[in-house]
Amino acid sequence: MISCMKDQASRRFKILAGRDVNKDTFIQPWPEAGLSVVDSPYDPKPSLKLKDGQVVELDNRLRQDFDILDFFIADHSLDLSVAEQAMSVPAQDIARMLVDIHVPRQEVQQIACGCTPAKLVEIIRYLNVLEMMIGLAKMRVRKTPANQAHVTNFREHPALLAADAAEAALRGFAEVETTVRVARSAPLNALAVLVGSQTGRGGVLTQCAVEESLGLKLAIKGLISYAETLSVYGTERSFVDGDDTPWSKAFLAAAYASRGVKIRFTSGTGSEALMGHAEGCSMLYLEARCLLVTHGAGSQGVQNGSISCIALPESLPGGVRAVLAENLLASMLGLEVASGNDANASHSYIRKTAKLMLQFIPGTDFIFSGYSAVPRRDNLFGGGNFDAEDFDDYTVLQRDMQIDGGLRPVDENGVLAVRREAACAIQAVYSGLGFPKISQAEVEAAVYAHSSDDMPERDSVTDLAAADRFLSGTQTVLDVVKVLEAAGYHKIASNLIEINRQRLFGDYLQPAAIFDPGFHVNSAINNPNDYAGPGSGDRVVGSRWDEIQAIPQARLPLDIIQDCQGPSCSNLTEAGEFQPGSGQEIVVAVGPAFGTNLTRTINGLDHEAVLAAILTGIARQGLIGRVMKVYSTSDLGQLSHIAAQLSGSGIAIGLQSRGTAIIQRRGLAPLSNLELFPQSPSLNLEIYEAIGRNAACYALGQPVKPVAVKVDNNARLRLIVKTALLHRCETELVQVKPPQTLRFNWEPDI
Amino acid sequence: MNLSPRYPLGKHEGKHIVTASQYLVDSINLPNLMSGQISPEDLQIHAATLLAQAEIAQQAGFDSLAENFFRAAELTRVPNSVLLAMYEALRPGRSTQDDLSALAIQLENGFNAPRCAAFVRQAADVYQLRGILHSD
Repeated sequence: MISCMKDQASRRFKILAGRDVNKDTFIQPWPEAGLSVVDSPYDPKPSLKLKDGQVVELDNRLRQDFDILDFFIADHSLDLSVAEQAMSVPAQDIARMLVDIHVPRQEVQQIACGCTPAKLVEIIRYLNVLEMMIGLAKMRVRKTPANQAHVTNFREHPALLAADAAEAALRGFAEVETTVRVARSAPLNALAVLVGSQTGRGGVLTQCAVEESLGLKLAIKGLISYAETLSVYGTERSFVDGDDTPWSKAFLAAAYASRGVKIRFTSGTGSEALMGHAEGCSMLYLEARCLLVTHGAGSQGVQNGSISCIALPESLPGGVRAVLAENLLASMLGLEVASGNDANASHSYIRKTAKLMLQFIPGTDFIFSGYSAVPRRDNLFGGGNFDAEDFDDYTVLQRDMQIDGGLRPVDENGVLAVRREAACAIQAVYSGLGFPKISQAEVEAAVYAHSSDDMPERDSVTDLAAADRFLSGTQTVLDVVKVLEAAGYHKIASNLIEINRQRLFGDYLQPAAIFDPGFHVNSAINNPNDYAGPGSGDRVVGSRWDEIQAIPQARLPLDIIQDCQGPSCSNLTEAGEFQPGSGQEIVVAVGPAFGTNLTRTINGLDHEAVLAAILTGIARQGLIGRVMKVYSTSDLGQLSHIAAQLSGSGIAIGLQSRGTAIIQRRGLAPLSNLELFPQSPSLNLEIYEAIGRNAACYALGQPVKPVAVKVDNNARLRLIVKTALLHRCETELVQVKPPQTLRFNWEPDI
Repeated sequence: MNLSPRYPLGKHEGKHIVTASQYLVDSINLPNLMSGQISPEDLQIHAATLLAQAEIAQQAGFDSLAENFFRAAELTRVPNSVLLAMYEALRPGRSTQDDLSALAIQLENGFNAPRCAAFVRQAADVYQLRGILHSD
């Protein structure tokens, strides 16, 4: 007989299919297309041969077959004084050094700088993500982690840019990156975040991500203090498509340094595959080539961790692991690392937060190479992996784990104040430099705005014309400083001149350099990472731990139970020692704080109303209820046990001040009961009356349907702290004192 | 811990450091700016300062960063517009072998920048081999 069972769809699978994580794209590896993260069959095996002090073979490619990256790596990147020795150390041994607290980071860095790209990825083969995180905690070049923000908005509104930059600075970001929607806006956008950031606090470094030579022009005018988007690529074809070579990039790095401006390169897994020129190699192998080029060019650092391409490695197995590996390799080469987490990596918050932990927990020089300090929809980088609406989650994560994630909790008034000052300052700058006016309405809007939706329109035509004149003209940041000083913004003017004055010392050109609010430089030179196991390196203690703990949401514990306290219940009076009863009665026993130190249950029901409801229920069945206050215990089972002993019927109701209730019978063990109501937040007056009725029914031997109470799975999460504090309040009053009669000045309304 | 006793330069030697225009960095302040004594040229780092940073980088074990600073020190002598043009010339497909030779000579003789000149010559050789010079 043919079965008539139809193929039915699983309800659960239907729900799963609609989950955020299933909106992400997942593919099987395809090495020929460059779609593998590690261990492509086309990755070369490591090798290095020198002849007369020159590299003649690199990763099984002969010099005559070198491409531009091979030439550059061979002639500039490898430390030839140690390379042959380094290449002879087994990769597994080097991997073990990364997690060995007795091997100093300098030693590992020296070896890494003698390793070819294929050797570097071979080291990674031996490491799982936990080991890589330990390695990263050790190899990070700067001792203290920091963080970078994206500040942009769709309208490119200067007052909003300035306000958001000021807030980002206040929140602790050491760098602020902006960019353009319209290329011509570059100088004005750079100016707004410069002025805004220095309003939030002095010392924040700012950049404007634009085309390479425009970036250099902005730097020369003093409108940016660093540049980051000096991109490098892992194959010759992709590099050339990117319109550069390792030599041109190295020259550009030197050009910026010659103007006293800090730079870092940008690489990241996946770009070559995206550009169609991966040559069958794995993403991590190509990234290792990028990192060696970066190191050889003399860049102090790199932005990597896939960056804009993140969803590409994450579509493949081991993708998140490979992205962690590239951060680790960079730090092994002595590079400052701004470790991604910027571009939107997943539809699933679970997934993107899990990935973040791989950099957050060990700490990197910049945990985000662009945390969107504005709402995602205003992020012009196509980013916003985490954004302004996640700030409180982030500060809580720092507090949860005692980790320095580079940010600090802030209070609303402090933020509003810096936003206002920044918006007013940029208004003054625009006025003083003859740019189109920023109105008072725009300033006000910027103070309270969340996004550019909250901002009035500006005339972009006149703004862009002003931008063109500013860029092509002779005005520089010095003119901005003069305007600010003349308009009375002395602190901001001082900060602006100082951030530019620091370019003349060159101190912040060193690896991983940032400034503290007093413009003291903090870099791998004077603050090198000295992690060597537990109790060493950067520890979150002292004033920094105090700061991280002090989220504004953290309340004084006793404030939480204030709504359960008030004047003692006037209708309840103690009237001597409670006597055992006889006959059909129900004893209602309450805890030591009832009606006095606590006067309401956990969800705000007045104690007198609760008692009245219970007694009404008892009275409806024709029985009497006697109220007893127990002092010798605060435990519900224990106090109801005592009550059942003294009850004429042997049936008693126990009631803690927070509202938890029980129906007890003489003869049952204290932890046993007839009915238990443990979820005090779910109890209402109707239920308390039903409890009274049921107790009476038990006493009368009548059939009882147990009171139904809704189960709330969130109750414990919401109220366990309040529960603990209420119980503590009650338990504090426990004393050696016999149970007391509680006279209730009230009559049931029956 | 500090990997180089001279660092930060601003703290240890700040009183003596001058800009490329020989202006004392310590004198770059608001009063002097407001009284018209400071111009944009005074915000240019001096080659000697970059050489000092190169030494610091070497002391701390960052050799290729030091090389970058050596090149940068030479490039302080190159005016802004020329600098931008030099960068452009090194991008793929922009220059012929002769263009890059001329650039190297300009760096060496015109700006006393031998390291940068050698760097450009090496680039030219590699670009030739890899076919990324400008083809006429």
